[in-house]
Amino acid sequence: MIRLDNVSKTFPGGASPAVGDLSLDVDRGEFVTLVGPSGCGKTTTLKMINRIIEPTSGEIWVDGVAATETPAPRLRRSIGYVIQQIGLFPHRTIAQNIATVPELLGWDQAATRNRVDELVELVGLDPGMLDRYPSELSGGQQQRVGVARALAADPPVLLMDEPFGAVDPIVRSRLQDEFLSLQAELRKTVVFVTHDIDEAIRMGDRIAILNIGGVLEQFDTPDAILTNPANEFVADFLGEDRGIKRLSLIRLDSLELPRGPVVDVSDGPEVARSVMREHDLTWVTVLDGRRLAGWVWESDLEGVALVGDVEPRQFRVTVNCRASLREALDAIVNTRNNVGVIVDTDGYVGMLTLDLLTEELAS
Amino acid sequence: MLAQTDPFIRWDWIADHLDDMWQRTIEHSILTFLAIGIGLVLAIGLSMLALRYRRTYAPVTWVAGVLYTIPSIALFAFLVPFTGLSLVTAEIGLVSYTLLILIRNIVAGIDGVPASVVESALAMGYTRRRLFWKVQVPLALPVILAGVRIAAVTIVGLVTVTTFVGQGGYGAIILQGLRRLFATEIIVGTVLAILFAAILDMLLLLLQRRLAPWLRARERPT
Repeated sequence: MIRLDNVSKTFPGGASPAVGDLSLDVDRGEFVTLVGPSGCGKTTTLKMINRIIEPTSGEIWVDGVAATETPAPRLRRSIGYVIQQIGLFPHRTIAQNIATVPELLGWDQAATRNRVDELVELVGLDPGMLDRYPSELSGGQQQRVGVARALAADPPVLLMDEPFGAVDPIVRSRLQDEFLSLQAELRKTVVFVTHDIDEAIRMGDRIAILNIGGVLEQFDTPDAILTNPANEFVADFLGEDRGIKRLSLIRLDSLELPRGPVVDVSDGPEVARSVMREHDLTWVTVLDGRRLAGWVWESDLEGVALVGDVEPRQFRVTVNCRASLREALDAIVNTRNNVGVIVDTDGYVGMLTLDLLTEELAS
Repeated sequence: MLAQTDPFIRWDWIADHLDDMWQRTIEHSILTFLAIGIGLVLAIGLSMLALRYRRTYAPVTWVAGVLYTIPSIALFAFLVPFTGLSLVTAEIGLVSYTLLILIRNIVAGIDGVPASVVESALAMGYTRRRLFWKVQVPLALPVILAGVRIAAVTIVGLVTVTTFVGQGGYGAIILQGLRRLFATEIIVGTVLAILFAAILDMLLLLLQRRLAPWLRARERPT
């Protein structure tokens, strides 16, 4: 969908090229992150795709057409663009901001209005904000508008330059999640620049790791890069904890989780004891149907008729099965039982042990 | 010296000359608005030149600055041999005094538009022309209008001087008072010029608010 052929850029007065002889292929519907240290030319590369910066040499192809073949304004109307500083028009309302490209393309008012309503819903904005000005919104809300504006004319390609870099970590993480689920639905071809390797790993189908001067060091899936860094630079850039970073790529619901030591509130204490013996433990998880009730020590069960007669102790941490192994590891470290209790919206799913985690790491 | 027998202000004279004052107000308005209008057109053109070719900014403002520093009486005296005691002479002088303020504010206003907004507009597919008229100019309007206000108040004062090149306006009332040593006319002409400037300034301030509603939205309770 996007192809860079031996593209280079030397700025006037620049001693060495900002980007030198870079070739890159991005497939249709693929989410590629460009990541690297300051001065690696990642933003320059991004801006050459919509010709905000013109390459010194080489050719860029967008959807099979050389970018230079199309007049720049027309090319850009088919490419969504989101930047860290957001760049909303301060003098236009939220609705007018979102309607920017449809207006440039000459859509009629009704179609534009419908599209704006659709987008507001899509990016999770309060429709009451449509008549406000950007300065009245929080940073997180503004960036939602930024994303909505970029998506307005349904462009096949989206360029994003550290879009979530200026918001606080909690909002950033939420915007990342929301954008990923949006992308799962929309399947845009996305090129996403970041200096944050964790963000690159979390967001990208593939990661392009760039070195100073726009040198492409490795271009592969997050898993492949974390497992087999191409060279010292990549390994350094990924950091010492790249094994643990890999855990963030694996979602719990992709694993076969063991049920773990469980009994129902309606079971008698002898059932509980046999489950404990079976697992070589002195405690057991208590379920109430599918719902997680808690856990009990063997000693709690002295002289009771049913497990349900004991007020169960609560697990300190439960992990949703849509979370990653890395989040589960974090949770396990925080429990006294060395296991993570995994739940979904209906209740108990299974139990993750450190053994299983180690196994996954080795695979 | 003023005639001793007259009171400081003769209210009966004012009551008798309301029509005359209205006539002078119209003349004063025409001289003022003509100067600001022509000044704006010239300043916009010169500012566009300066914004397009940055190297022209320094010489353009230098020339406008020199014009600004010439005493108005001297400038009119210099122009009369060429353009006579005429409206043209008056307007050349008046327009010259608007240029520096207007050009500076237009360029500063456009430069003050955040780079990220300009970049976004271009990246969305705005052409340069559309970017200028639909984004840069509207966002620069508060700063540009601040310049227009200063220029307008300056011009209202200067218009009184154009009476020396044969123009009307409040200057004519003042000049007549000076010639006849009649205090009432001097005071009435001066007060009217001040009032005119104050009212014009206030109207422009209202216009500025009206044209930039987004600046006040920030103060709106959420």
